[in-house]
Amino acid sequence: MTNPNIPLATASTVSLIAAPPGADAKAAAVASTPKMSAKGLDFYYDKFHALRNVNLDIAEKKVTALIGPSGCGKSTLLRIFNRIYSIYPKLEARGQVLLDGDNILDPKYPLNRLRSKVGMVFQKPVPFPMSIYDNVAYAIRHYEKLSKADMDVRVEEALRQGALWDEVKSKLNGSALGLSGGQQQRLCIARAVALKPEVVLLDEPTSALDPIATGKIEQLVEELKERYTIAIVTHNMQQASRVSDYTAFMYLGELIEFGDTTTIFENPTKKMTEDYITGRYG
Amino acid sequence: MSDAARQAVADRLYFRRRIVNGVGLVFATLSTGFGLFWLAWILWTTFTTGIASLNGKLFTMMTPPPGDEGGLLNAFAGSAMICLLAILIGAPIGIAAGTYLAEYAKKSRLGEAIRFFNDILLSAPSIVLGMFVYTVVVKQVGHYSAFSGALALALIVLPVVVRTTDEMLKLVPSAMREAGLSLGVPQWKVTVQVLYRAALPGIVTGVLLALARISGETAPLLFTAFDNQFWSTNVAQPMASVPVVIYKFAMSADAGWKSLAWAGALVVTLFVLALSLISRAILLRNKVSND
Repeated sequence: MTNPNIPLATASTVSLIAAPPGADAKAAAVASTPKMSAKGLDFYYDKFHALRNVNLDIAEKKVTALIGPSGCGKSTLLRIFNRIYSIYPKLEARGQVLLDGDNILDPKYPLNRLRSKVGMVFQKPVPFPMSIYDNVAYAIRHYEKLSKADMDVRVEEALRQGALWDEVKSKLNGSALGLSGGQQQRLCIARAVALKPEVVLLDEPTSALDPIATGKIEQLVEELKERYTIAIVTHNMQQASRVSDYTAFMYLGELIEFGDTTTIFENPTKKMTEDYITGRYG
Repeated sequence: MSDAARQAVADRLYFRRRIVNGVGLVFATLSTGFGLFWLAWILWTTFTTGIASLNGKLFTMMTPPPGDEGGLLNAFAGSAMICLLAILIGAPIGIAAGTYLAEYAKKSRLGEAIRFFNDILLSAPSIVLGMFVYTVVVKQVGHYSAFSGALALALIVLPVVVRTTDEMLKLVPSAMREAGLSLGVPQWKVTVQVLYRAALPGIVTGVLLALARISGETAPLLFTAFDNQFWSTNVAQPMASVPVVIYKFAMSADAGWKSLAWAGALVVTLFVLALSLISRAILLRNKVSND
């Protein structure tokens, strides 16, 4: 979990409330180019100001954990990264979220390109009411015309990446609803990576699972970061410290502290972060 | 207050609650029994009287003139055609409208207004719907027709299907919509390919219940499809239907007609019962597989 890239970590440790305008630019210059970054991001649920001036870099092919007490805005932030919030009325994001330098909040940014690049897995496993095979093939069919043989290869590849292949290879045509909760969640991960995304967003992916299924998902996250940039929202401190390279602590819509996970957990600079991590509130 | 005194108060309160509970339970049970008694009586009479006239001729012969032997074949065929046509007209429009309400209008002002008017249509007396079709179609065309009967029944099917489709789609967890949309698949595709599958048993049940509802409807058919003593498959012409024949035969003094009316009533009752059981089975099976 120790990160050799110290300069990146230090540079990205942004104190947002008091950060002078220049500090951000300096951070971006020192850090290796982040995959995604939020810049001056505000979010409103109608009149409720849910995120306040959030600046955060998501490093490429690393795991970034978003932690903080309920209602702190961590899920809200994650749901901006693929604009899934936009399916509900009266929700508004202001500021910028860059993906490879392009602002995805720009209405001109094509939504289907964004969503094929930034996949998402939700808190509750939601397999579609169709076969295991079709769950994975469903989205691929929307983007690519593949022969049956090519599709078989893609489905197998995705299920292997989801660490599910060995358990389901004999029943690919069986209903996905017949799988256990942990298997369903790995199927959802396979479905998300089947599109070959660049970023995978995980919104409390293990909160509905038992410890063994949780362990499998965490192990899977370790493997997935070889290929994908991962952002994970979690309520579980141990999980954040186990799986992530960077951790962002949020409170009441603000990003309080950000840094490499070891620093945040062993030597946080803010009292509030330390109190939360040691379980004094939250 | 001493512990003993507090205990005595608690005991008294508990005793009173038990009395109130007992009285309430007795009244609730009696009310249930009162409701079920009439239902059982109606079913019993229909079964015992209807079963006596249930024979092969019922399904092979046409409705007879008074005093003659006959069956209800033309009425069964007519009912089947009119009801099927009504479902074919009402169900697709109802499913589309229900989908609009659940997936697009949601809780918007327009959506709520449509739901309100749909509920009014749902509780509109069926004879009013029959009068409406009579004025708009039958009077313009100049004669009764099976098609106008189907239109009147479709107006009954429509709000039932709109309501169930709306409700069933709302029951699909929003996480499933988000999961579909987060793959970049457009909303209409997610709705048709994912949400419909999840809500299908419920939507089918809604259509079956609508069918059960219209298969016994008499009033809207009286001045639309009217009646026909003979075999007819021409939807532009009057057509016999079971409820209308029951109405006509049951009112008559002819013993043969009366026993045919009982037999028809029994068959319709059994058909509706079967539809209810089937739709319950569909919902139940789906519930089990979802858990």
